[in-house]
Parts: sequence; structure tokens; C-alpha cells
Amino acid sequence: MPLPMVHAQGVRKQYGKLEVLKGVDLTVERGQVCCLLGPSGSGKSTFLRCINHLEKIDGGRLAVDGDLVGHRQAGDRLYELREAEVAARRRDIGMVFQRFNLFPHLTALQNVMEAPVRVARVNIAEARAEAGRLLDRVGLADRADHYPAQLSGGQQQRVAIARALAMKPKLMLFDEPTSALDPELVGDVLDVMRDLAADGMTMVVVTHETGFAREVGDTAVFMDEGVVVESGAPRQVLVAPTQERTKAFLGKVL
Amino acid sequence: MATPTHPPAAAAARPDRPVGAPAPQQLTAVPVRHWGRRVTAVLAVLALVGLIGSLAKNPNLHWDVVGHFLLADLVFDGLVTTVWLTVAAMAVGLGLGTLVAVMRLSANPVLHGLSALFVWVFRGTPLLVQIIFWAYAAALYKHVMIGIPFTTVTFVEFDTNALLTPTVAALLALGLNEAAYASEIVRAGIQSVDPGQTEAAYSLGMKPALTMRRIVLPQAMKVIIPPMGNETINMLKTTAYVSVIAAHDLMSNIQDVYAQNYQVIPMLVVAALWYLALTTVLSVPQAWLERRYGRGTARAGQVSPLRRMFTGAAGLLPAFGGSRNTTDQKG
Repeated sequence: MPLPMVHAQGVRKQYGKLEVLKGVDLTVERGQVCCLLGPSGSGKSTFLRCINHLEKIDGGRLAVDGDLVGHRQAGDRLYELREAEVAARRRDIGMVFQRFNLFPHLTALQNVMEAPVRVARVNIAEARAEAGRLLDRVGLADRADHYPAQLSGGQQQRVAIARALAMKPKLMLFDEPTSALDPELVGDVLDVMRDLAADGMTMVVVTHETGFAREVGDTAVFMDEGVVVESGAPRQVLVAPTQERTKAFLGKVL
Repeated sequence: MATPTHPPAAAAARPDRPVGAPAPQQLTAVPVRHWGRRVTAVLAVLALVGLIGSLAKNPNLHWDVVGHFLLADLVFDGLVTTVWLTVAAMAVGLGLGTLVAVMRLSANPVLHGLSALFVWVFRGTPLLVQIIFWAYAAALYKHVMIGIPFTTVTFVEFDTNALLTPTVAALLALGLNEAAYASEIVRAGIQSVDPGQTEAAYSLGMKPALTMRRIVLPQAMKVIIPPMGNETINMLKTTAYVSVIAAHDLMSNIQDVYAQNYQVIPMLVVAALWYLALTTVLSVPQAWLERRYGRGTARAGQVSPLRRMFTGAAGLLPAFGGSRNTTDQKG
């Protein structure tokens, strides 16, 4: 049995007195697409952000490909790693944000090239060629020299996916990637994600798109109030849920 | 209504139009005539012409003296010092100010407190007090030395009077004072950048320093440059204050001259003309920088700064600056 890509055991996180994650257990195997669903405030986005240490966990164990992300374990304590060490581990984990977060002062091509050139120290000609290929893959080869402000939301999100892929990650995290898009632009982004899944990329996707979760997801995880309520095959969780809270949530969104 | 023009006979048949009145199609709208506006404009221009005429003819203004000293060596030397002092003080201010701003935003409470203290002191006391203080700092410490505290080990030692020449004192005073203001401008610029930008950079494996340099600061520049341009123009004029410690800037030398020849007003005209010329020149690089760091925003036009300067007033007209943005092509 190979190591799971994401392995969370009893992950806890609190903001002051407010407990947002109350012991999350979750396993994502290699090459799998895991869709996280749940009402707002359920902790699903916070959990996703813990996976690449944008949020620091307060307890429990969270490993990506066998390595703890932001910590080093010694006995029963987790010591937070230095910024440089955290940065090194994040290189293998791509992330796509709800609000795209493209760098507005750089063109689409420069956005994709930035990390390979500055972080991975790839030479510029090579990085440019690879960035061109990635933009082509997300269907935006002809928009390479456009600034983000000159692109539609759907195009921006596809550039953001290309930017994350440029670091050749082994895991991709998506934080509600289509929630900020006009309805007619959602399809293009989901198509790119579907291709990515077909290529065998391991993905954790926080989404409200139950259709996408059913079609592309290998597992669906329903979270509420900081814990995993129910998880399993999407057809089972989304069509025939066993938990009352899952039923109530799906009744509202479907 | 596309009805053909009716002859008067047809008009007479209509009860709503008196006989002999013009057809509606022949009416022309006339805007309100602003007679008051024209009168005021004429009076204002007359007043200005009168003032200029009176100045030109006033023998006490001594245009010959103005002409004589405008390109005099002493004035020119002062000018060089003023420009040099402005550039150096702004460099100190921006460099130190950025450091203080980063300290202010740091998670380290001691650094945060120190930067707050710095801004509090240097922004809270008059510049004139600071200038005179640095000039007379030798009265506080006769010697400055670099060594190991609480031991007798000393590496270098200076006589404070020799170190703090009026020019050095002026540079210290202006630079430190500017740093306090610049730090607030830089801090506002950094804070104006969406935290999502930092998160995106981190998620790509970028370290904090690289993120600050490549992602945050270039975006903060858009917010920092316009006020820093104002600060620079302000600094150029503020250097005149250092004449109180005879720092050999333009204003010091002008004062030296009129202390001897008593031509106060003509010499002040010389100073004013030079300050005006320099501040005008300074607005060019500011416009260029704004365009450079406005990249990627819909508002940043592709018009060159020089052209924008000359079409400044005309920019209100749609034919010029107004609508030539490379705006969004959504879709």
C-alpha cells in the first residue's frame, strides 16, 4: 500500500476561542480527486488552507506524501518549520483560489513563469516555453501577453491553474475555484479541471458544484462544524447520504 | 416626427399655434448666456495685466539685478547644493522609511514599537527644531566613537564638530524627518496590496522576502509614487529651511548676497524663479514612474508622460487623453 497523498489525523485549528476544526480525519490517495462539500463556516476552506500551511494547525497530524507540511515532529510535539523550509515544501503543492489572485502587474505568461524562474531557478527561455505550453493546455495561448485586468474571470482562473501547474506539483488544491465566476464561464474552468483529473493529478477540491463532484470526484467528503460528517463514493454521499446533516444540506443546495 | 413642413395655411388650422408663429422645425435652442462669467474673466485678466505691468515698470524690482544674479556662480553653486541635498535626503528618507515601514508591519513587537517611536519623535517635532538640533549636536556629544559599549575598546573616534558640518547636519535633519513621513506612505502602500497576493506567492513556494520584493512592493508602488512625488517636490522647497544653519544651499547663498547688497526682493525673485524651474522639471520623472508602475491596470493609459503633460488641460477633451485606455476586453 503506497503512502496516501494527504493524510490528516485529528487536525485541530482554532481562532482565539472559536474552534474551526475539531479533529478532522481525511485520507486522499494518489491520483484521486477528493471533493470537500459543506455549508459555509463548516471549516472546509480552512482545512484546505491547512494542507499547504497557509493556516497553521493547532494539533493533530497532517502529512502530504508522508511529510508534515509546516512542522517537524519530535516526540509528542510539532515544531513549526522556518519560513524557508515551509516554502520548500509548498513548491510541490499547487493552489487555486476563489478570487484567482493573479499578479496584476504581470502578464498571463509572466504570472506562469514567475515561480519557475524565481523559485525553481529554471532558465528564462525554458520557463517561457513551458509557460506557453501550459497556457495552451488551458486554452489561452493567444492571451499570453494580456494583463489579468484584460481577461475575463474564467480566463483569469485558467491562468491561475496554469500558474500552479508550472511548479509541477504532485498535489493540487482548489478553493471554490468557480464560486466567483459568472455562470457561463464556469464550464471552461471545470473542463480544465476534468482534464487534469484524467491525467492522474491528485486533487482536493472545495466546491459547491455537486455535478462536478459526482462526475469527476473519486471521493466526496461532507464537512460540518469542523468535523467530517460523512465521506465515501460521490454517488453514495451525494445521492444516498446516511447522515441527517448531509441530507439537510443537500436538500438546500440541490 | 417626420412630417413635412407645413405652409402657414396648415398651421392656421392648428389651435395650439398662433397665426404667424414660426414652424416648430425652424426653432433653434440657445444656451443661457453667461454675461457675468465673461465680465469676471475680463476683469481678472485686466487685473493680472495691470499687476505684471506694474511689476515690470517698478524700478525697485531691479530687473537688472535679477538678470545679473540669475546665472551668477554663487547662485549656481547654491543650486547644485539644493539639488544634491534634495536627492540625498529623499534617498535617505525612502531607504530608511521603507525599513521603518517593514519594521512597523513586522510581527516582532519590539521592532514595531521602535518604528512607532521613531515616527512619533521625528513627525511630532518641528523640522526647524530638528535642523538646528543637528547643527548644534556637538554641544551634546563632543566626540562620536564606534567601539564596544561599557568597555574602553574604541575602533574609530570623530570630533563631532568636524563630522557635523552644516551640510551633513542638513542632510541628517531632512533625511530623518523625511523617513518618518515616507515610512507612513510606504506602509499604506504595502497594506493596500490584497493579502491574497501574498498567499498566492507563498503557495508557489516563494519566501517572504522574495514575495515582498517581486509581488507586494511592485504593486504598492502604484500607491506610493504619487505621494512620494509630492514629497520630493516639497523637499526641494523645504531645503530652503537649512539656510538657518548656513548650509550653502540656494537660499543660504541668496541671503548672503542680499545681506551685502540689500537687494532683498530682486534676490528673492531669483530664488523663486529657480525653485519654480526645478519643481516643474521634477514633475516629468514623476509622471514617467506613475506610468511605469501603473502597468496592468485599466486606468494606465499608453500615453507618454511628456505628451500627457502637454495635453494636461486638453486631457479633458475626449480627442486626447480621455478615452485612449487599453481597457478590458471581457469575454
